[in-house]
Amino acid sequence: MYDKTVRRRRAVLGLLVACSLILLTAYFGETGSGALHGVQRGTSEVLNPIQEGASRALKPIRDLFGWFGDTIAAKGQVEELRRERDRLRSEVLTSEVRKADYARLASMVELDGALGLQDKGLKTGRVIFQSPTVWYATVRVDKGSDDGVRVGHPVINEEALIGRVTEVFGGAAQVTLITDTTMKVPARAGPRGEFGIVEPSSAGNPNDLVMTFTNPGARISTGDRVVTRGTEPDDRNESLYPVGLPIGRVTRIENEGTDTQEIHLRPFADMRSLDFVQILTNPRGGDGGR
Amino acid sequence: MIATTPQLLARLAAVGLLGVVVQTAFISQLPIAGANADLSPLLVMAIGLLCGSLTGGCFGFGVGLLADVVSLQTLGVSSLVLLGVGYGAGRLREARDPEGTLVPIAVGAAATLAFGIGFALLQFLLGVDAPVSWALLRQLLATLVINTLLALPVYALVRRCLQPALPEDPRRRRRRAYTTGGLSPLSRGMEIRR
Repeated sequence: MYDKTVRRRRAVLGLLVACSLILLTAYFGETGSGALHGVQRGTSEVLNPIQEGASRALKPIRDLFGWFGDTIAAKGQVEELRRERDRLRSEVLTSEVRKADYARLASMVELDGALGLQDKGLKTGRVIFQSPTVWYATVRVDKGSDDGVRVGHPVINEEALIGRVTEVFGGAAQVTLITDTTMKVPARAGPRGEFGIVEPSSAGNPNDLVMTFTNPGARISTGDRVVTRGTEPDDRNESLYPVGLPIGRVTRIENEGTDTQEIHLRPFADMRSLDFVQILTNPRGGDGGR
Repeated sequence: MIATTPQLLARLAAVGLLGVVVQTAFISQLPIAGANADLSPLLVMAIGLLCGSLTGGCFGFGVGLLADVVSLQTLGVSSLVLLGVGYGAGRLREARDPEGTLVPIAVGAAATLAFGIGFALLQFLLGVDAPVSWALLRQLLATLVINTLLALPVYALVRRCLQPALPEDPRRRRRRAYTTGGLSPLSRGMEIRR
């Protein structure tokens, strides 16, 4: 009787391990439109409303926890903010002088909003799911193909670019964040708009991105803003991201002036506390992206 | 080994589904010290400790598969690792039958650690190009600490959910016989006096 139980236990264990390995191999080997991906998408489609409902129902509790966290964090930031206030006071004086110049320049270039995104088909969505593991930097939002969202559409929050749509369902879309190891974003930095590719510096670090493939002689320094490059007139392929979306600020430069130069930047957006995001369903503006 | 009745199966399915939904819709969006709690290894550990290796392994496989499907991750990774976690916790119960309030805490910490390391190993085997950063190790460590703190409440909650469907614990039965029946030295003393 005991032997039979042990044999049965081992057989089931072996069977489940084999199932896992078969699933893993088959899933890894097939394309995005394969059968297992289809089953996964179908199941997700069914579970999305449940997740959305649970996310909405549990939001007050999340907010309560967030309030405690914010209060503790705010206490730690007081000193830092005082220094920031002093610095900003001196900057305000300088900017008063520049303000007059700016008004003149702004009217000359007919600046259409801060980023000019009004015609990019912005769809505001709520984050209903965030990947529980640090290996996948993904979130899911409650806007999908029914709202005109397609794979590849860039996604921003109130601060900066956060990622792009990589999977679309009827009423939801999976967004891969720029901190995911699979992401690469063409970008520009510095006063001369030096070109480079922004990607995560390492797996699981949402506060550090790295800009590679920059010109060794590029004039980039700490504190410079990094924005998306967009598409140049002589590019063969059109970029997924419109020009000028803010990404982050340069924090340090490694191997400066060499071919292996790495420019580290901290993203403007806090990827760990995303709530509302905007999807650019017409990233080229006008009728171009539709 | 515990017989899996339909009632127990239904409760296991409910615990698994609810656990994954709460994890994805609530816990994952609640960063604590830059990391998140991960309920799946704790749930699987609790089921393994309460129901044994076979049920623990199957539950781990099911919860892992559901988590992979819901998160659109590579299918089979979580199920393979959680299968090992559930089976291991179940074998611990069958072979050692550990007693004590702090057992779920120690096993919960071990389960989280095993899950974290196993998941990372499989990710590297599947080919993650990016190097491991200190931030990642710090996050894994933070998750380990948070999960260790959550292990006991999660175990108690799971035991409460499954209690009506579980056969009576032999230890509890022995204790009751000891205090209320003829096995107690107090009752024996009373008989001698009579």
